[in-house]
Amino acid sequence: MPSPNAVFASADQEKPMLDQLNQASLLDIRGVCRSFPKGSGEELLVLEKVDLTLHSGEIVGLLGRSGSGKSTLLRIIAGLIAPSSGDAKCRGETIMGPPNGVSMVFQSFALFPWLTVLQNVELGLEALGIDSVERRTRALAAIDLIGLDGFESAYPKELSGGMRQRVGFARALVVHPDLLLMDEPFSALDVLTAETLRTDMVDLWIEGRLPIKSVLMVTHNIEEAVLMCDRILVFSSNPGRIAAEIRVDLPHPRNRLDPAFRQLVDSIYARMTQRAEAKTPAIEGIPGSGVGMILQHVSSNVLSGLIETLAGPPYAGHADLPVLANSLQLEADEIFHLGESLQLLRFAQLSEGDLMLTDAGKRFAHLETDARKKLFAEHLINYVPVMGLIRRVLDERPSHSAPVARFRNELEDYMAEDQADETLKTIVSWGRYAELFAYDEQAELFSLENPH
Amino acid sequence: MTLQEILSPRLGQALRPNVWDAVALVLVIGAMVLIVYGGEQTALPLSALDVDPVTLDPAHLPAYALRTTMRMLLAIVCSIIFTFIYAALAAKSRRAEMVLIPLLDILQSVPILGFLTFTVVFFLNLFPGQVFGAELACVFAIFTSQAWNMTFSMYQSMRNVPKDLEEASQSFHLSGWQRFWRLDVPFAMPGLIWNTMMSMSGGWFFVVASEAITVGNTTVTLPGIGSYVALAIKQQNLAAIGYALLAMFLVILAYDQLLFRPVVAWADKFRFEQTASASAPASWMLDLFRRTRALRVLTYPFAALNKAISNLHIGLPGRFKTATRRRRQPSRIVDAAWLAIVMACTGDAAWRIYRYLSATLGPSDLFSAVGYGFITLARVIVLIALATLIWVPVGVWIGLRPKLAERIQPLAQFLAAFPANLAFPVFVVMIVRYGLNTNVWLSPLMILGTQWYILFNVIAGASAFPTDLREAAGSFHLKGWRWWIKVVLPGIFPYYITGAITASGGSWNAAIVAEVASWGDTHLTASGLGAYIATATEAGDFPRVVLGIAIMCVLVTLFNRLFWRPLYAFAERRLRLG
Ligand SMILES: Nc1ncnc2c1ncn2[C@@H]1O[C@H](COP(=O)(O)OP(=O)(O)O)[C@@H](O)[C@H]1O
Ligand SMILES: [Mg+2]
Repeated sequence: MPSPNAVFASADQEKPMLDQLNQASLLDIRGVCRSFPKGSGEELLVLEKVDLTLHSGEIVGLLGRSGSGKSTLLRIIAGLIAPSSGDAKCRGETIMGPPNGVSMVFQSFALFPWLTVLQNVELGLEALGIDSVERRTRALAAIDLIGLDGFESAYPKELSGGMRQRVGFARALVVHPDLLLMDEPFSALDVLTAETLRTDMVDLWIEGRLPIKSVLMVTHNIEEAVLMCDRILVFSSNPGRIAAEIRVDLPHPRNRLDPAFRQLVDSIYARMTQRAEAKTPAIEGIPGSGVGMILQHVSSNVLSGLIETLAGPPYAGHADLPVLANSLQLEADEIFHLGESLQLLRFAQLSEGDLMLTDAGKRFAHLETDARKKLFAEHLINYVPVMGLIRRVLDERPSHSAPVARFRNELEDYMAEDQADETLKTIVSWGRYAELFAYDEQAELFSLENPH
Repeated sequence: MTLQEILSPRLGQALRPNVWDAVALVLVIGAMVLIVYGGEQTALPLSALDVDPVTLDPAHLPAYALRTTMRMLLAIVCSIIFTFIYAALAAKSRRAEMVLIPLLDILQSVPILGFLTFTVVFFLNLFPGQVFGAELACVFAIFTSQAWNMTFSMYQSMRNVPKDLEEASQSFHLSGWQRFWRLDVPFAMPGLIWNTMMSMSGGWFFVVASEAITVGNTTVTLPGIGSYVALAIKQQNLAAIGYALLAMFLVILAYDQLLFRPVVAWADKFRFEQTASASAPASWMLDLFRRTRALRVLTYPFAALNKAISNLHIGLPGRFKTATRRRRQPSRIVDAAWLAIVMACTGDAAWRIYRYLSATLGPSDLFSAVGYGFITLARVIVLIALATLIWVPVGVWIGLRPKLAERIQPLAQFLAAFPANLAFPVFVVMIVRYGLNTNVWLSPLMILGTQWYILFNVIAGASAFPTDLREAAGSFHLKGWRWWIKVVLPGIFPYYITGAITASGGSWNAAIVAEVASWGDTHLTASGLGAYIATATEAGDFPRVVLGIAIMCVLVTLFNRLFWRPLYAFAERRLRLG
């Protein structure tokens, strides 16, 4: 890949020459940890001992499942939150508050709806106290560069999603940052728009027309990472840490159908499933197991559908994840999530980037509705400890009912509030499907009665 | 923009009264006692005022209307300034918030009309012998009727600024000051404007009451529509009442067309929606401004000033500026000290209140005041129930007809501005002629101006009712009472509650005017807390006024917390569509 550095020098004269000689790191993260208070008052560790170095002239991707702490790391680098421990340095200075020369592109665009495109782009320059003539010139240049010509006086709500994110890019680029941070910049866009934006971005980058030195982007999309990045850092979850570093040496423009590209994608899938395998079956000890197992909601309809799909042709019980993801039009993250839920319930098993039905799974695929519910209930009780607990409590109590708070408190000993919410939602939905118990939403009460 | 979006967050607050409410209550009443006490000490002859006597000649009415308009405008400007400062303090400082927000909540339920006497005395003492003092007192009275809900709205908006915009402004190095003007204020704008309009409607009630005020045996009269009405009532001049009505109507219309509509249309861009709305509010006035170069030039200095102010590099301390190194533990010691100061002030205030009241009043006074309070409470409940029975069906009927709804909405808003005094002649004459029971027949005056809040909220709710749900109901042949119970009522319930809360709060306040009505020499009184306060005011019996106001404060707060807010929370949780 041609090093864009040489071109930057002309795009950005005000930066001292030293910076270029000094190939030292732009960003230096050492042993950064971050925790958030859990519902119960204890701390939930989200990032554990993260090390990361970023040099000039590279696009680095942070790839990981949702909830693995990628955004948290990015926010630490952006100076929006502080690490609980460890050291985060930007150009040799410890990050305290948003550092100069770092700007951010948001997943939700974060445009000010009451400002026009031009005013939005000028905002960052105004904050820097740049005079209005230069401000206008630079803003127009950025708008031009990013393909927003003619939209200067439009308001964000008049624009399509893709155009809005272009404004987000222009706003971030106009301050000529050294480092551009992007938090899933394309994931709120539809597939085609996202692809256009990605290629435009990569084209500008390799042509050296972007006034930046380096990009750090967060994504949960494996192909996106392979398409754009020079280096991919694979994040593991619970707690988040960097599990692997993968160099991508494919020349730009990259072709998704190129066998080398496919192979890389497959190998990353395999790598990410390896950890999923390691994680789920162990029941005791590690966070996210036992009663404290963090459940992510998947509708029982989706699970049944997936089992049926797997059982049918052409998979016959055994599917390659990237292929399955493609045919179901799912993101890697979603297919992992589904696969893990099936694995948790012992209806399928993840291994080496493949998803295979277990015997129970195959049986499930051929049962009638009622028999399926029964089998599902059996597996819930056996393999999801909190389900067993709820059922036991309901059986033991004379009233055969128990308030949700009873279980929420217990869950919050292990997890954050929003995770407890998600887990409870899953419990209710699965429990209702399996007819294990009834749930009265108004009274927030589990009971054994059938609703009349 | 609907009322709900603006009112909802504040009502979602803690349901049950807590210690901070008690603190705020004591502080508010303590402040009143101080003011009253100060007023009593320096008893200046108020008659020293040199004011042009008001006459009923309609030729003077335009001038009176203008003066009233100016007072209201001044009050609204004060309210906005107060709102910015108070809301910013409460939103940015945790310690200030602890006291300021319960305080605001209590202030909201203070019956301002009852308090008028004190403020008049207070301001007249500040500027002895000058009309200015009386003018200030009047502006202050209007201000107190307008400011609280605006402040609440602004505070809520500032606390609910979208996180990503907050992060964006931080990441682009906006200073605290810049952020306030670029993010907080614009985000709060729609709610603030809506509440300002509501306040303006509500303000009329108080203008009329506060331009002509009697304290003991002195009457202070400021030229304006309010005093014109007061004189017309005294002289039993029905034609003058008609003129006053017309003048009010024209002023409200002018405010609406020349000020509010343009502002609402302009502020449409501040609505926090990512999609363009199909029907943006329009205003011929704004179009005129936008099209006419000469007029537009007029706005340039303001735009430039706004830009200059908002770009000043002023560092504001506060939440958003937390240097993010290591989450700072809020200092326990400072917290404790702050708590101690607040508690000391509260204790002191409580002691003063006790001393002041116990000097002249005994427990029997307390019991009788509470008794009257319950009578008024009963009135409020019955009236709200009646208004509900009448206006909910009407509102639904109108709301489901969009063309009609569009026309009726502004009318309802106008009627909400209608001060009860203007209806005195009708009620008093009827009651006297047919020998009716005052306790019953004076009551409707309380809800005369406030019932419209129910109507226009129900209209809004019915208009917003999703067409597909209606069609679905139609295809299932849901008709008659089933249709009401299962389809429409749940759909409009959240809207109705918002309207009913406003109506109920307003009715308490109106009780002070409505439970004593007069027309010429005929004075009618219904027994109730409103009459209790009004009578005490007229007699210059300040301890009883304080007692009455305090009781009303407590009752209103309790009624809101124990009745309305749970209902509101229920509506939000279960019945909110979409
Ligand atoms: N402000 C916060 N308070 C509490 N927990 C948080 C906060 N921010 C993130 N978390 C938790 O940290 C975990 C990682 O979140 P995040 O960094 O957003 O993940 P990702 O971006 O990889 O999807 C999640 O479990 C989330 O619940
Ligand atoms: Mg994220």
